[in-house]
Amino acid sequence: MSVEARERRQPWLLLSPALTAVGLLLFVPLTFIVVYSFWLRTATGADQAGFYLDNWNEALTDPFYRDILFGTLRIAAITTIACAVMGYPAAYFIARSRGNKALLLLLLMLPFWISYIIRTMSWINILGVSGAVNWLLVNLGIVSEPVQMLYNEPTVILGLVHFLLPFMVLNVYVALEGIDVSLEDAACSLGSTRWQAFREVTLPLSLPGLAAGGLLCFVLSAGTYITPLVLGGPTDAMFANLVFEAIITQLNWPLGSALSLMLLAVLGALVLVYNHYLGMAQLMKGLG
Amino acid sequence: MGWNLIRLYTLLVYLFMFLPVAVVVLLSFNASQFGSFPMTGFSLRWFVELAQNEAILRAFRTSIVLGALTALISTTLGVLASLALVRYKVPGSNLISTLLIAPILVPEVVLAVALLLFLNFLSINKSFFLLLMGHVIFTLPFVILVVQARLVGIRREYEEAALSLGASPVQAFFQITLPLLAPAVFAGMLFAFTISFDDITGTLFWKPGGVETVPTQIFAMLRNSISPEINALGTVMIVMTVGLPLLGAAIARRMAAGRGA
Repeated sequence: MSVEARERRQPWLLLSPALTAVGLLLFVPLTFIVVYSFWLRTATGADQAGFYLDNWNEALTDPFYRDILFGTLRIAAITTIACAVMGYPAAYFIARSRGNKALLLLLLMLPFWISYIIRTMSWINILGVSGAVNWLLVNLGIVSEPVQMLYNEPTVILGLVHFLLPFMVLNVYVALEGIDVSLEDAACSLGSTRWQAFREVTLPLSLPGLAAGGLLCFVLSAGTYITPLVLGGPTDAMFANLVFEAIITQLNWPLGSALSLMLLAVLGALVLVYNHYLGMAQLMKGLG
Repeated sequence: MGWNLIRLYTLLVYLFMFLPVAVVVLLSFNASQFGSFPMTGFSLRWFVELAQNEAILRAFRTSIVLGALTALISTTLGVLASLALVRYKVPGSNLISTLLIAPILVPEVVLAVALLLFLNFLSINKSFFLLLMGHVIFTLPFVILVVQARLVGIRREYEEAALSLGASPVQAFFQITLPLLAPAVFAGMLFAFTISFDDITGTLFWKPGGVETVPTQIFAMLRNSISPEINALGTVMIVMTVGLPLLGAAIARRMAAGRGA
């Protein structure tokens, strides 16, 4: 074999294990559940192969699924907005601070290393009946009996914001860090106020980072089922909880396939729109 | 004025991120038998109970073996693919990168369902193998992103110099490229291990009955009530997942310093 031919073949040899893994463990299974979603779970519990529209009919027309889908998107939207409102100023502070930037960045990375389930359950210690807030309220004489503050939609959103805020701060920080500070100074020296300079120069330039953080927060919160199970009440199920129920509890796998694909379609459409306008590069910057 | 306001705001945001976790650590040393406020004294009893809890120890063993195997496989695949993408001009490399990153663009629940049902169709039931395959596929994109970022900084000239001085390609790889790659490989493995160790979303779908990892064990314990043992377990996990990367960074720095000297 010539040297050139080997040069050409080598990268494919190196790539083939990873590409095979992604193909066999992601793309083929995704294709498989598309087929599976048209099968039928019979009363005996066996799957009937074929082309039935029953699952899709149920998933798309049953108001129960529709309401929970909209509820999930609403929760994801509120979470994303809360992350942006809390995260932007913090990211701005980190990007522009001179003193202990390294420490601030290290602290920002720390939550990524702390287990999701631990961070989620930590709120039970704060807001639970025997949690810190109730202990304070009772001892200050504000309430006589501990109040149950957990297991409702606001606490689900609280848990999600706590989990996703670092993603937002990091993405906005990366974008702000790439903006030349002297641009703002230039705007000021030309007569604009600090606030005007921020609003008309820095903010627009940092929007790609805000969008990348927003996409991550939205997609990750819309796909969760653990947070509602830990911090939500019986009526706070999100769409992924329905998938979990169908697959693990009811063992109705064809229906579970259809529901999974619905979630994939909604969130995938969002990723595609994002990709069309902004491209994946900004997102990768924040992840790497 | 404005700057001080932002400073205060940032402080509050950091408090929001860390205070609940700090309370977990604090309560794990609580002497009170209910594991809640008030703190009645400092005690290590919950850690002692943890160390004697057979179910938790089993979960730890499962998580560590799973994380280590995941790190090994995922980093091997990831390093090879990253080498190809960084070192060679591959036609369609943008598409290939997107394909390799795809497992994190798909919501994890959907990935979990697809993998579970497909492997089940192939008569591979819920098992440790399924769990391992799942963890490999969703840690792979993170490994590739991290390793690629490190690889870009390693110049190819060293390798070419070795080749021109008469080393065989295999010798050049093992004696020149691999040592230079070590920090990237190390970072990739650490990343894959922590992500695997922390995962619960996919794991709950894939794990066979009776097998628990540390996060699913905590999740199962939460169903009863929050016991001080959970806080102690949380503290151990925080020490592991925060301590390991910090230790890793320190080792990497020492290795780099050693090379510089």
